[in-house]
Amino acid sequence: MNWDIILSTTLKAAIGVETVWYALAAIGINIHFGYTGLLNFGQSAFLAVAGYGLAVTVTVIGLPFWIGIGVGLVAAVLLAFLLGIPTLRLRADYLAIVTIAAAEIVRLIFRSVEFKSVFGGSDGRRGFSQGFYEINPYAEGTYGFWPLSFNEREMWVLTVGWVLIAIACLIVFLLMKSPWGRVLKAIREDEDAVRSLGKNVFSYKMQSLILGGVLGCLGGFVYGLATGSVQPDIFGTETTFFAYTIVILGGAARVFGPVVGASIFWVLLVLVNGLLSGAVQSGVITFMDITQVGPFRFLLVGLGLILLLVYRPQGIFGDKRELAINAR
Amino acid sequence: MHAETATDRKAAALAAFKDLPHEPGVAKPDPILVVDNVVRRFGGLTAVDVGHVEVQRGSITALIGPNGAGKTTFFNQLTGFDTADSGEWTFNGRKMNGVPAHKVARAGMVRTFQLTKALSRLTVLENMRLGAQGQKGENFWRALIPGSWRGQEDRITARADELLARFKLDAKREDFAGSLSGGQRKLLEMARALMVEPELVMLDEPMAGVNPALTQSLLGHVKDLREQGMSVLFVEHDMDMVRDISDWVIVMAQGAVIAEGPPDTIMSDQRVIDAYLGAHHDAPLSESELEEQLHEAEDALEAEIQEESK
Repeated sequence: MNWDIILSTTLKAAIGVETVWYALAAIGINIHFGYTGLLNFGQSAFLAVAGYGLAVTVTVIGLPFWIGIGVGLVAAVLLAFLLGIPTLRLRADYLAIVTIAAAEIVRLIFRSVEFKSVFGGSDGRRGFSQGFYEINPYAEGTYGFWPLSFNEREMWVLTVGWVLIAIACLIVFLLMKSPWGRVLKAIREDEDAVRSLGKNVFSYKMQSLILGGVLGCLGGFVYGLATGSVQPDIFGTETTFFAYTIVILGGAARVFGPVVGASIFWVLLVLVNGLLSGAVQSGVITFMDITQVGPFRFLLVGLGLILLLVYRPQGIFGDKRELAINAR
Repeated sequence: MHAETATDRKAAALAAFKDLPHEPGVAKPDPILVVDNVVRRFGGLTAVDVGHVEVQRGSITALIGPNGAGKTTFFNQLTGFDTADSGEWTFNGRKMNGVPAHKVARAGMVRTFQLTKALSRLTVLENMRLGAQGQKGENFWRALIPGSWRGQEDRITARADELLARFKLDAKREDFAGSLSGGQRKLLEMARALMVEPELVMLDEPMAGVNPALTQSLLGHVKDLREQGMSVLFVEHDMDMVRDISDWVIVMAQGAVIAEGPPDTIMSDQRVIDAYLGAHHDAPLSESELEEQLHEAEDALEAEIQEESK
């Protein structure tokens, strides 16, 4: 087994691109689900419309990079309205069904043959990140130290990504300390009580949906810029479910929960992958081959999640007191 | 001093009702709430069909009636939590039909719920603060700048602390509302409703599920609302409580208002007795009915004897 590579990839996963864009998606979910109690299972659609908004604007229409970012953000806001207006009056479980369906519709439109000339079908779009790397302040070379070293492109994506995470966390922190956040948390507990106290519940739920969607959609930009491409199947339902796993792992309704959760989630995935592949290659494990390692690690993640929910259901940052109350 | 004004308010409320006829829909001298022809149907069932009813300002009015009379449904219509099929009502002269629940509350008509809705994972203090109206920090953009709402928040907190002390919940200030007992939750819900600074407080079964020790304290608080110039409309089943604190009683049965009157005489009203116990519950059986029953019994007996002798 190559311990150097396992150690290096694992450490890189803790702050890597995957962690960054999943953390952003999870911060959005945390606003929806953790603070407001909205079961939005369509988070991947927000990432998709942002990523495609940028990609199509730059590659198909030929407009500059920054306009593409603007188009992506506007698309996320529009999607929030589109999802919210018919569904936010529904009960929580209906919202879950409608959002998961809407996310699938968005994905299927992006990969459809009909719109292949615009969205590029199942291959997606590439070649839109030039404007982003043109303003890269890092000179060509390798940065960091062993085992954490990145090239200038990775450094630029990670710097921007972690700045975005920091800004998102600051916004969540400020808002959730404020009376605005108090209304959201109250809606999570009991909508009718909030209505009876003179608050426009629908408006607050919509604001929450937009905010979580916009912060989450930043993850779509980061993915697109880091890989230089967008494909429809990246933004499938499992992206949303991973983000939920991350929120629960870190602890719902905690400012840093999604960030730490994303970090741990990817460290575990990469570490298990490295250990298993190494064990298979060196003949320690004989009952599976290298292609089975990928699915098997998700099996272990599932097992880990079950154990987490049994022994520490409040997540890493959660408050056990809150959970005891919720169980009544 | 306080005791004097208290008796004054009670006397004033009672004086207003003194010469009113005990008829359903009777006009009050100074109504805060006037309801006309409110109908709510659930499929074929007419849950509420109220012709005309008025609630006097500065009084404690009880709304009673047997189970299923439509009291809570009527409450839901008035407070915007459910849409009436037809009818209109005014609060302080303002038309309120079709107004959404949060605007009803802002207008000064605040309700509580039969099943208490404490916001469990918020502290008692946060529950209270939520009730305050016109909060700058509840605007998204302003919320991002703590300096723009801190001052107001401090004033709201001071008012909340005052109310918590009055309701003897100050020791629980930092506890999650979910950790309170049933009675304490009722107290919290009432205190929270007062944070809205309402003119009319609508209490849906304030005593349901409250232990007797707390009942007295809750009763005191309800009376206190009138002393502070608010009007109260409450739904209740406990007749002792209704007699103790209300100035006027409205009786509903099968969706309609069937009688009104002062609490000490309302339960002897024939219409009310009929609604609770059935119209013919105490009517004697007629001669022919008695005879018929006798024959039936004899026949049954005879049949049994024949069966055995076979």
